[in-house]
Amino acid sequence: MTWLNEKERRIAGFAAIAFGVVALLPLVDQGYYLSISVNIVMYVVLCTAWTLFSGPTHYISLATAAFFGIGTYTVALGIDTVPFPLLLVIAALASGLLACVVGIATLRLSGIYFVIFTLGLAELVRQVVTWLQTNFSSSLGLYVFTDFGEQHIYWMLLGLAAIVYITGWLINRSRLGFAMQIIGNDETVAKHVGIDTARAKVILFIISGAFIGIVGAILAPRFSYVQPPSAFNPMISFQVVIMALLGGTKRIWGPLLGVIPFTILFDQVTAYFPNHTSFVIGIAFMAIVYLLPQGVLGRLEDLVRLRKRFRMVSAEEGNNP
Amino acid sequence: MSAAILSLDHATKAFGGLIAVNDLSFSLQDGELLGLIGPNGSGKTTVLNLISGALKPTSGSISLGGTEIAGQPAHKIARLGIARTFQLVRILPSLTAEQNVVAGGVFGHVRSWGVEAHDRARLLLERVGLSGRGDSPTSSMTYIDQKRLELARALAANPKVLLLDEWLAGLNPSELKIGIDLIRELRNDGISIIMVEHVMDAIRSLCDRCVVMSSGLKIADGDVHGVLADPEVIRAYLGDDHA
Amino acid sequence: MSVIISGLLLGGTYALIAVGLTMQYGVSRIMNLANGENLVFACFVAFWLFTTFAINPILGIVLIVPLAFVLNWLIYTYAMRPLVDRAKNRGQLEVDSILATFGLLFILQGIMKLTFGGGYFNYNFLAVPVTIMGSNYGLNRIVAFIAAAVIAGALYLFLNHTRYGTAIRAVAVDPVSAGLVAIDVPRASAFAFALGGALTAASGALLSTFYTFNADMGIIFTMKALIIVIMGGVGDVRGAVLAALLLGLAETAVATFIDPGLTIAATYALFMLVLLFRPQGIFGKRPS
Ligand SMILES: Nc1ncnc2c1ncn2[C@@H]1O[C@H](COP(=O)(O)OP(=O)(O)OP(=O)(O)O)[C@@H](O)[C@H]1O
Ligand SMILES: [Mg+2]
Repeated sequence: MTWLNEKERRIAGFAAIAFGVVALLPLVDQGYYLSISVNIVMYVVLCTAWTLFSGPTHYISLATAAFFGIGTYTVALGIDTVPFPLLLVIAALASGLLACVVGIATLRLSGIYFVIFTLGLAELVRQVVTWLQTNFSSSLGLYVFTDFGEQHIYWMLLGLAAIVYITGWLINRSRLGFAMQIIGNDETVAKHVGIDTARAKVILFIISGAFIGIVGAILAPRFSYVQPPSAFNPMISFQVVIMALLGGTKRIWGPLLGVIPFTILFDQVTAYFPNHTSFVIGIAFMAIVYLLPQGVLGRLEDLVRLRKRFRMVSAEEGNNP
Repeated sequence: MSAAILSLDHATKAFGGLIAVNDLSFSLQDGELLGLIGPNGSGKTTVLNLISGALKPTSGSISLGGTEIAGQPAHKIARLGIARTFQLVRILPSLTAEQNVVAGGVFGHVRSWGVEAHDRARLLLERVGLSGRGDSPTSSMTYIDQKRLELARALAANPKVLLLDEWLAGLNPSELKIGIDLIRELRNDGISIIMVEHVMDAIRSLCDRCVVMSSGLKIADGDVHGVLADPEVIRAYLGDDHA
Repeated sequence: MSVIISGLLLGGTYALIAVGLTMQYGVSRIMNLANGENLVFACFVAFWLFTTFAINPILGIVLIVPLAFVLNWLIYTYAMRPLVDRAKNRGQLEVDSILATFGLLFILQGIMKLTFGGGYFNYNFLAVPVTIMGSNYGLNRIVAFIAAAVIAGALYLFLNHTRYGTAIRAVAVDPVSAGLVAIDVPRASAFAFALGGALTAASGALLSTFYTFNADMGIIFTMKALIIVIMGGVGDVRGAVLAALLLGLAETAVATFIDPGLTIAATYALFMLVLLFRPQGIFGKRPS
């Protein structure tokens, strides 16, 4: 069996080159551009992992901040005693476990229960962590001292991005991916062709949550001092929803189209109009619903389709002058 | 007499105060083609929903070849070998016709995946009269073709029992003839079939036996011609005056 | 005993918020995640009326309720109705309304932050202790509870003993059939959405008399209200009231006996139990 066809090989080659070029950035700049690029790559991974689950199921997950925070805390707690790579694995397992519990409780019910449950999840985990810390340890925060610089975080995130894309691509080719496609079309039919829909959704949610947990772990050294409110920042959840939907969730690279412009825009707004960030988030949600229901991706595909039709029409006109 | 492959025993389904299926018992023999008829709203679709696991019975038991399936989730029942079509046709709009059929076989009773599944899907498409249409988008298909596609999807898992909910409804006379021949062929292949149908000609020419429902109750069960001549059945369909 | 009374007093205000939300979701089919901002907005208005014009917040309700009603009517007509009209199915409307009301949430939050800043606010109104069975409770809490009970009672009478109330309940049960019996469903939906918003605003005004609030706090209330609505059964006013009282009790008990920082955890524990054992709500019928 051939693994990749002609087109796929070309895409893989192109992607590898793109990754290679992007990875050179820290050699050119170590300041502002690197810092915003870390943000961009971080959101690319978060949004793509989010889309793995929410794209096909249409369930809006606001659990991102909870998974992220668990990843961060894993590192903060273990950095002095456990090797970093092992911490990444533990972060993935811990957030995957949380995803599993949440998924089992809510995913057999309708989407609204899921949204509500995830809406407060980060706050719940934050309260529990704070309570544990105040009762069983001396201080509220944890220091994370590592030798990692911004560029190491950047490279790790890039590597993770590659893994997420490959995972997404493998899932799409697998029976699980096909099952999700059927569920997205018609859940009743999915059940009647033998798909255990609840199980499929939970598995995907676990995969998505585990990746998000790893992102939180990789970012922990950037915080240097980890406290519950900064680790479980609920805004991350909302920003991920916005960027992913803004880009478009029908294809695995769709969120990329939302992440890059929105991260840059939000960075500027935070710098120059710090009191207006809520407005920007609010307007972005409105724009998604009323102007870009399929995201930038949807608009692009419409354009491509229009152009094709236009070409066909002009070709016909050329034939009968 | 051959063994029962599927049997309902005092199956009941209530929606609040409305008892849509009331203490219903009947069985389907292996290889039999059973007609399930009755006036509108008599509970036929609900019976199929109970068998396929779309709904859980309020009480009673349903067994498939000796295995209790009442109340099991739909995906488990599908894997045990029951496939169905829907009264209001349900296709998967974002998939191609061929993928729609593949979908029926990937997770079901007898599974296939990859090249094998696609080969099988093409064969089934040909069988239901859609040969060469595998790549066409399903949204542009006519209603009849969508029904054919749904049947092909149901057959993809090689089911033991096939449930057809008014599959012949809405066909014109020539399509009806093709449809009837197709169902007969399936039955000759050894699939046990329950067909819910309002087209009496089809029931007469196809079924070995039929069960008649009215307001959730079974009012007749037996040989087709005998049942259709039963005064109670005529009354259920046409009202008291005609009995 | 004092835990029970404090819990019930808190639960009374929760009940009014949740009843507002259940009207919006149960009748208009809009999951309004900006409900909490609506509430906080009313807190600010009551605060502003009291501190600037010395208007008693109980009287302030008389001003705030009609204002919230009109505002929510406009929101429904211009922002939500187009989504209802374009939705191909219930699921799509759900996703769209969630996203649109998130938008509303942040915009309202932005307005409040710009006008009042991000700090915490409270004011002194009837902050005198009242002794019930040997323990002290703020008079403002008791007055708020009574006002909430009066408003909820009026709503109950309206829904069950007037023609329009019956029409609204019919839309809640089945919008299609309601349309067939000559009920103007779009209008009833707008009315229920506006009424729900007005109820929430009323509870905000009451809450502001004894609660310290800030512009970011809405989402916590939305979440609690949502959980109450689900516990009580969607669209079920009686269920919502009972669930709210239960939640008030659970929170107060956890805050008193374990840790005040764990109230959300208490909410979630209740929510989890309901989801696992009675996802159709405490009074709900088993789904068919
Ligand atoms: N999910 C449901 N909830 C409530 N009532 C239902 C539900 N499904 C069916 N019913 C009711 O149960 C009764 C039987 O319905 P069913 O669809 O089984 O009839 P049917 O015999 O298939 O009718 P038709 O010939 O029109 O298809 C009807 O009164 C219907 O309104
Ligand atoms: Mg039917």
